[in-house]
Amino acid sequence: MTFSFGKAAAIAALGVVAMTAQAEARDQIRIVGSSTVFPFATVVAENFGKTTGFKTPVIESTGSGGGLKLFCQGVGTEHPDFTNASRRIKKSEVELCAENGVTDITEIKLGYDGIVLANSKAAETYNLSRKDIFLALAKQVPVDGKLVPNPYTKWSEINPDLPDTEIEVLGPPPTSGTRDAFVELVMREGAEQFPMLKEMGKKDFRAVSDSMREDGRFVEAGENDNLIVQKLEANPAALGIFGFSFLDQNADKVHGSIIDGSAPTFEAIADGSYPVSRSLFFYMKNAHVGVIPGMKEYVAEFTSEKAAGQEGYLTDKGLIPLPEEDLKSYRSAGENLTNLSL
Amino acid sequence: MTDATSFPPGTGSGGRPTDPARRPLVVSPHLARRYARERRFRLLGLASVATAGLILLILLGSIVSKGYSAFWQYNVDLTIEFSAEELNPDGGPVDMETLRRANYLALVRDSLKREFPDAAGDRSERRKLYGLVSPNADIVLRSMVLEDPGLIGTTQTVTIKLSDDMDTFAKGYIDRNLPEGDRRVTDLEIGWFDHLNSEGRIHAAFNVDFFTQGDSREPEEAGIYGALIGSILTLMVTLLVSFPIGVMAAVYLEEFAPKNRLTDLIEVNINNLAAVPSIVFGLLGLAVFLNFFGLPRSAPLVGGLVLALMTLPTIIIASRSALKAVPPSIREAALGLGASPLQVVTHHVLPLAMPGILTGTIIGMAQALGETAPLLMIGMVAFIVDIPQSFTDPATVLPVQVYIWADSPERAFVEKTSAAIMVLLGFLVLMNAIAVLLRKRFERRW
Repeated sequence: MTFSFGKAAAIAALGVVAMTAQAEARDQIRIVGSSTVFPFATVVAENFGKTTGFKTPVIESTGSGGGLKLFCQGVGTEHPDFTNASRRIKKSEVELCAENGVTDITEIKLGYDGIVLANSKAAETYNLSRKDIFLALAKQVPVDGKLVPNPYTKWSEINPDLPDTEIEVLGPPPTSGTRDAFVELVMREGAEQFPMLKEMGKKDFRAVSDSMREDGRFVEAGENDNLIVQKLEANPAALGIFGFSFLDQNADKVHGSIIDGSAPTFEAIADGSYPVSRSLFFYMKNAHVGVIPGMKEYVAEFTSEKAAGQEGYLTDKGLIPLPEEDLKSYRSAGENLTNLSL
Repeated sequence: MTDATSFPPGTGSGGRPTDPARRPLVVSPHLARRYARERRFRLLGLASVATAGLILLILLGSIVSKGYSAFWQYNVDLTIEFSAEELNPDGGPVDMETLRRANYLALVRDSLKREFPDAAGDRSERRKLYGLVSPNADIVLRSMVLEDPGLIGTTQTVTIKLSDDMDTFAKGYIDRNLPEGDRRVTDLEIGWFDHLNSEGRIHAAFNVDFFTQGDSREPEEAGIYGALIGSILTLMVTLLVSFPIGVMAAVYLEEFAPKNRLTDLIEVNINNLAAVPSIVFGLLGLAVFLNFFGLPRSAPLVGGLVLALMTLPTIIIASRSALKAVPPSIREAALGLGASPLQVVTHHVLPLAMPGILTGTIIGMAQALGETAPLLMIGMVAFIVDIPQSFTDPATVLPVQVYIWADSPERAFVEKTSAAIMVLLGFLVLMNAIAVLLRKRFERRW
């Protein structure tokens, strides 16, 4: 029975290969970061690979925070060249980068993304204010000048104009950039409208505004937005929180609620009248330019008129484009490797 | 009951009054209960099998009914004018580099504009018109022209893929009776589609690209081939690493190792390792293979090594129980005939245990095939278009592809997801079939 020895020899050989295959020079761009930017970055990467002679970049969806952490690990081919983010880089992250020798970073803003509160077409469209949403979803709300655990069970208890249905909202988990943005743009804004909360210190205020209720009326439905859409279709009484591109793709199944008088349409998000929208970014490690082929060309493709312009292919995928002036300035920032300033 | 008849009626043995006529009465209710209990037990068993079967049927039914349509693709025949002005604007001899860079999309767009001159005026209408066909249509034309530059200046009928929205509509997933605002395709697009369809220029064809291309963000271009190759490369590494190590470890522990506290401890730890959540192995892989050895991220080599670590305990445990099941008489007979302990193992025990070892290995490999969590940490959950060529190229695997497509906003990815699951299941069935074949070959009776 010699065959297990043959295999053993093969594995020994493989082991040697494994140990000696050090990180060799890389000829392919590596990108990490936000799952919100992922659908846009992948289209650009694919077009970049198709129309230029460079290899198609490899993109991992790690979340904004996870991506920046990997990005800031250091300079060298084993570290990523770009990171996508659905929020701006934080001061602490810039410091972490600097500690590891990543000092030259170029920031590119690529567009906007709206966050919608949608429900099944079988139910009526909600007309909400951010104050209503805060009252429906916060863990603690002010009632008669006192903070009490959220007593509301029906939308009509919050605002008599709202439908007489149970509050049930499906949303992203705390690890998601969409959740961060929702808290910042909706919950905090809603909480601001209560003088008694506004007078509290920043820390106490955040404790109230950033805590979602945990009694089963706000359901953390995971990162998969398609799943939320399916659940909304099955349960017309529920609302779901997700990115605009999913509303755009599923216009036959769900419709977005009006928030502070503005419906989530492409135009309303682009001109800023829809209040719940955030900027999307990506960051380039300037030290890798010239080492990894094609980095500047990738940025050029991403910021080109045919990609991120008003009529670019990214708008087909649900990206809300930047005004023309801004796009131009970011395009030249990519060409000149303008260093990030916070 | 036979001896009861030898006593006269009314008197029982031991002085107990027994009535032979009553005795069956005493036993039979018991009997009936016992039979009923047995029938219930069998029914329960049958019900469990039926429930499991039903759930499997529902699962497969929902996957197949959602995914079967991904195996074909609707195409449209367009008359394309390979105009010399567009392809070779400078005139003169045809230069390959110019041809490669030419704007082939313009050819498709010109053709569509000729087809529907009404739409050419308004910008947004024009965008919709261009959106009828796949944005990757230019690749087909480019490769046609590069293959045969003689096409320049001629007019040809070319079959081009419909875009994902129109394909979904053609497959009947979008209801045209809904109000216009509630569906992805507008009345205008449906009008164009109906016009082309009435001329018989829209037809379905087997979606070859699904099996020959890598991932894409355009659903009509996306294929499973890259992930399939990634899975094969990864599993090859896993098998090559975990099978020999696992079998060697099992043979040593079972046949040669002294029975003491140390080997007991090792055994307990192997059993514990089999229950460790797979993500932990991913973290280990990140720390050891990527950060310490500096192996490339996203590579099947690293993925295979990580999955091998995960599969090892399964293989060792299965191999040990297979070795245990070989009767000691075989070993004793071989030793008695003068075989050395090594010969006993390699000539007799291992071949006899091989069917069980292979079963364990295939269970481990099937687990490894379906795993995504440990691969997340080592960068194999990624968008990768190029087909991996070697063990160190970036690659992804089938379950990751399923996950990525399930998470994509485009509606047409729903059917692709189910189709990818079918390919994954097919791969699994194939692996199991190979295992059964191997087992049949090695099977010996004693």
